[in-house]
Amino acid sequence: MSTTVANPASEPHDRSAVRTLLRLWPFVRPVRARLFTAAFVAVLASCTGLVFPLVLKWMVDGPVADRDPRGVWLGALYLLLLGFAEALLFGLRRWLVARPLAGVEAEMRAVLYGHLQRLPVAFHDRWASGQLLSRGTTDLMLLRMFLAFPLTFLLVNAATIAVGMTIMLIQEWTLGLMLLVPAVPVVIMCSVFERRYARVARLAQDQVGDLTTVVEESVLGIRIIKGFGRHRSQARAFRELSRTLRGTELRKARLLATIWAVIVTLPELAIGAALTWGAIQVADGSLSPGTLVAVLSTALALRWPVDSIGFLLAMSQEAATATERYFEVLDELPESTETEKESVPRTTAPGTGDAPPPGDSNGLRFHDVRFRYPDAPADAAPVLDRIDLHIRSGETMALVGATGSGKTTLTALVPRLHEATAGRITLDGEDITAMPRERLRSLVSVAFEEPTLFSATVADNVLMGAPADAGERELERALSVAQADFAHSLPQGSGTQVGEQGLSLSGGQRQRLALARAVVGRPRFLVLDDPLSALDVHTEALVEAALRQVLADTTALVVAHRPSTVLLADRVAVLSGGRITAVGTHQELLRTNPEYAHLMSGTESEDR
Amino acid sequence: MTAPTTTAPPADDREPVRPKDDPFDRDALPAAPGATGALLRSLLAPMRARVAVVAVLLLLQQAAVQAGPLLVAYAIDSAVPAFQDGRHGPLIAVAVGYALCASVSGILQYAFIRASARVNQDVLLDLRGRIFRHAQALSVDFHERYTSGRLISRSTTDVESLRELLDEGLQELITVILSFVYISAMLLWLDMGLGAVAVASFVPLYLLVRLYRRRAARIYSVRSTAIAAVIVKFVETMNGIRPVRAFRRERVNDDDFRVLNRHHERANGDAILEMARYVVGSRLVANTAVAGIVLWGAYRVADGSLALGVLAAAVLYLRRLYDPIDRLGMFLNSYQSAAASLEKIAGLLAQVPSVPEPAKPRSLPVQESEHPGREVVFEDVRFAYRTGGEVLPRFSLTLPAGQTVAVVGSTGAGKSTLAKLLARFYDPSDGRVLLDGVDLRELAVPELRRGVVMVTQESFLFSGTVAENIAIGRPDATREEIEQAAKAIGAHDFITALPDGYDTDVRKRGGRISAGQRQLVAFARALLADPAVLILDEATSSLDIPGERAVQRAMSTVLRGRTAVVIAHRLSTVEIADRVLVMADGRIVEDGSPDRLIAGSGEFAELHKAWRESLA
Repeated sequence: MSTTVANPASEPHDRSAVRTLLRLWPFVRPVRARLFTAAFVAVLASCTGLVFPLVLKWMVDGPVADRDPRGVWLGALYLLLLGFAEALLFGLRRWLVARPLAGVEAEMRAVLYGHLQRLPVAFHDRWASGQLLSRGTTDLMLLRMFLAFPLTFLLVNAATIAVGMTIMLIQEWTLGLMLLVPAVPVVIMCSVFERRYARVARLAQDQVGDLTTVVEESVLGIRIIKGFGRHRSQARAFRELSRTLRGTELRKARLLATIWAVIVTLPELAIGAALTWGAIQVADGSLSPGTLVAVLSTALALRWPVDSIGFLLAMSQEAATATERYFEVLDELPESTETEKESVPRTTAPGTGDAPPPGDSNGLRFHDVRFRYPDAPADAAPVLDRIDLHIRSGETMALVGATGSGKTTLTALVPRLHEATAGRITLDGEDITAMPRERLRSLVSVAFEEPTLFSATVADNVLMGAPADAGERELERALSVAQADFAHSLPQGSGTQVGEQGLSLSGGQRQRLALARAVVGRPRFLVLDDPLSALDVHTEALVEAALRQVLADTTALVVAHRPSTVLLADRVAVLSGGRITAVGTHQELLRTNPEYAHLMSGTESEDR
Repeated sequence: MTAPTTTAPPADDREPVRPKDDPFDRDALPAAPGATGALLRSLLAPMRARVAVVAVLLLLQQAAVQAGPLLVAYAIDSAVPAFQDGRHGPLIAVAVGYALCASVSGILQYAFIRASARVNQDVLLDLRGRIFRHAQALSVDFHERYTSGRLISRSTTDVESLRELLDEGLQELITVILSFVYISAMLLWLDMGLGAVAVASFVPLYLLVRLYRRRAARIYSVRSTAIAAVIVKFVETMNGIRPVRAFRRERVNDDDFRVLNRHHERANGDAILEMARYVVGSRLVANTAVAGIVLWGAYRVADGSLALGVLAAAVLYLRRLYDPIDRLGMFLNSYQSAAASLEKIAGLLAQVPSVPEPAKPRSLPVQESEHPGREVVFEDVRFAYRTGGEVLPRFSLTLPAGQTVAVVGSTGAGKSTLAKLLARFYDPSDGRVLLDGVDLRELAVPELRRGVVMVTQESFLFSGTVAENIAIGRPDATREEIEQAAKAIGAHDFITALPDGYDTDVRKRGGRISAGQRQLVAFARALLADPAVLILDEATSSLDIPGERAVQRAMSTVLRGRTAVVIAHRLSTVEIADRVLVMADGRIVEDGSPDRLIAGSGEFAELHKAWRESLA
């Protein structure tokens, strides 16, 4: 099958819907007792419906034929009781599954969310959040519906049909047999249909995901679209995708229409035949009118169970696809279960203890680090190659390099947002792969180039970088270091909601809050990725002055584009072609390293 | 929570910054009463003829289906005695008639599903397109307030619930109504008394339906708000995955998410339970009616006033009559959730773009000189947010064609607002912004964007190739022109180093592009657009100095002669400016050539001194 889906997932392959759906078992397991009871109750309820015609037959052939009013009353009473039982049983079934199934859906969503949060950053680089979202919403709703209806009713209907058929065969086997005949072609058609529908259903779901991506991008990139007056071409792209989706949906409808036509026509033809044959027998006197009425109304009672098989299978198929899509993401390995390196001897330095080891191994150190994106082609040059860099304890190192030289990538290796392909990174001699990520990330604090704030108060956004017991004092200190005192003049001060669902702040304001977040926990190691890019000169100078104090006793790696930021650092490392080509003070490098001079002044160095 | 339309919009809230009862705090924006119905009607109106065809198909199909029990009655009461008399005609007629009805109803079913799918899909296509186009037409200040998560859930889950209504619900409803009508008519025709009892049973059923509808409406409104909150949290986390990771937010997020998820779970459970109550109630009524009708019918057959065949047909019909009641509930379900969704969609569509396109657009005057730049005039312009806070007090400003103007000042001084007014992201509260004498409000979008283009510090890339991202500047540009633009800005080298060069998909393997590189792509885009006026709002913040130099070079070569407004923190950018504006608190406090200002003793002179020192 050829799809034009822009989706990193693999093509759907041959797979059994049943096996796929069985993967839901761990989530269903906790509610299995209720689910099974509900199914049993539903079978009971359905079967009471089948007893109706029998009572009717008894009435027609007995009291009615005998003109016995008391018998008629008794029959009606039976019917009434059966009716009550049926109604209450159906209600009981729903009551049994209502909360548990909503719970299963919620649990699956929470598991997905938790899992996604822990998948490697590289995974998120690959997957548009629209695709993830459609798995977390539409697909899970489909699954809940599947557990509530098709799963139960495929069972219930099968049981009902079996019981109904048995009743009819017992009543009059010739009529029963006639009514049984269409079951064969219907089942065959359904299984053919099932396979074809599965493919189209998957395609449609993926196309919905793509459409979601376009919607999301056009919202997130609205300023660019507006800035260039491109909303029409964006709308065109959207229209094209939604037209494609419409085409797929119509193909689905065609398949459905065919199967429905078969399911409606064949059993009805059989009923017609049974009616004619039955009428002849009644005329012969070899069949009682009551039996004919009973068989026909049983056949009629079986119509819904038979009719609904088509859409129940369709829903199951969609559910199987949804399950597949769900597990596609859930099967990705999260960070923490990636095999940790064999615990390397913690340090080569003698006398290991909790005291910072002396000499060479203290501070932040890169040993022969190499990095290549895990999904990069094997022959591509690594982004970072043989990086050896030592930032001494308490030292601030600026990292300078041309745009795209891998500075941000290098900083991402320290908190293990990406894993180094080879080599080691040590913090005070301890290999970062040997320590739990939790601890590593509490030691290392990061401010990103693109400052992201979450839907929470300013205080919450800043304090998320601090230990849980941090309070007002730490908040104030961090805000003043980052020159983010504007927070106090917001409508509710530092309790003002910001982020997606709150007040929108300017780039410079967000950057200062992100910086406050990075320094609030007084981390031992600080990684700042171009932390002052969006600040005006005036604010920048103030932040620098305050930051200098923080940096005085912190081991820090600071990505810098400007001389002013570089001046925060004790030493500067130049990153070029994936390697550290020079390390030295700003003045030294200006004199000795033409590339550095070029980066810092923008002019070609004269002495070249 | 009550349905959002019933709560009145804030009447006279005078709070300056952010009114407490800001409709934007809620998931649904207020829409005029009846807007939902009007929306639905306007969606269906263009398809009136096809809806009629679908209705006729369904009408005929139901007629074919409902003929069955009538044939049963005829078979038992007439054909059997006739057969006993040796007349085979009537029974053959029954057999042929039944087969005919079965085949016809199958064919009609097929035709109906296909025809209605077409209608449904076209309605959805229309609605999706409307939401999308409207969201795109709404101005930037709307997008700054209405979160992206909400917009996304409007065009995904909310549209989805309408799809469910159309796909399953509407057909269900029409089938139910039709079979009610047909069956009641048949029963009345078969026997007036039995028919009357059946019709009488509709009264309690109707009351039940009404009760259910009212209670479910509340639950569905809660549920859809709950799922929207879940979506917002989900999207926010996935888009901010790096800080989530680095600051170990996973557990806290798990907990927060669980709370939101629980709300949704509870509402979901409530909805199912409400449905359960309805099903029990309606089944009880229906089964009681069946028992009653059978009792009376059997009684009359026993005393000979009713034919057995009629009773059989009546019983068969009754089963069919009450069968779809459950499904009526399902319809109400999808109707409720679709109504809640449609209401939100209507609320969104009711938002009037604050920066509307002109009804009668004018075009810019033809340029006589070889200079591509145009003159910009701010004429008595004042800008205040609709909620009251004044950002720019009244001012006038003329930027001659071809001038490069740097705007400096601290954060919050109003620089970006000035830029947004010029780019027509906002319209001024008073006064006019003129481009070569034409009010920006009178320019159609394509004309406006040939005139003014703004590059922001935002470095969002759309999925697609690098070349496609640059071509946003001018979609009809050739590959050569795209590469030219990239070369001029110094982006060519890094692009060719990507795995597939210009054809590298930015979302696929190897397509990782740094923030600085993204800004270069944004510049190449602007260069390609080749506007008369170029606005750079902090557009070089992530560039290194050589990158910034390349941009400056491009501005003095490729963009030479354009009018340019440069907002920058980096004073290096100011060096290429012909004129500098210093802003503070929304006012222009200094205005002059860089040399003159540096020589003076104003704020700019000080800033410049500080900057020179930082270079030392």
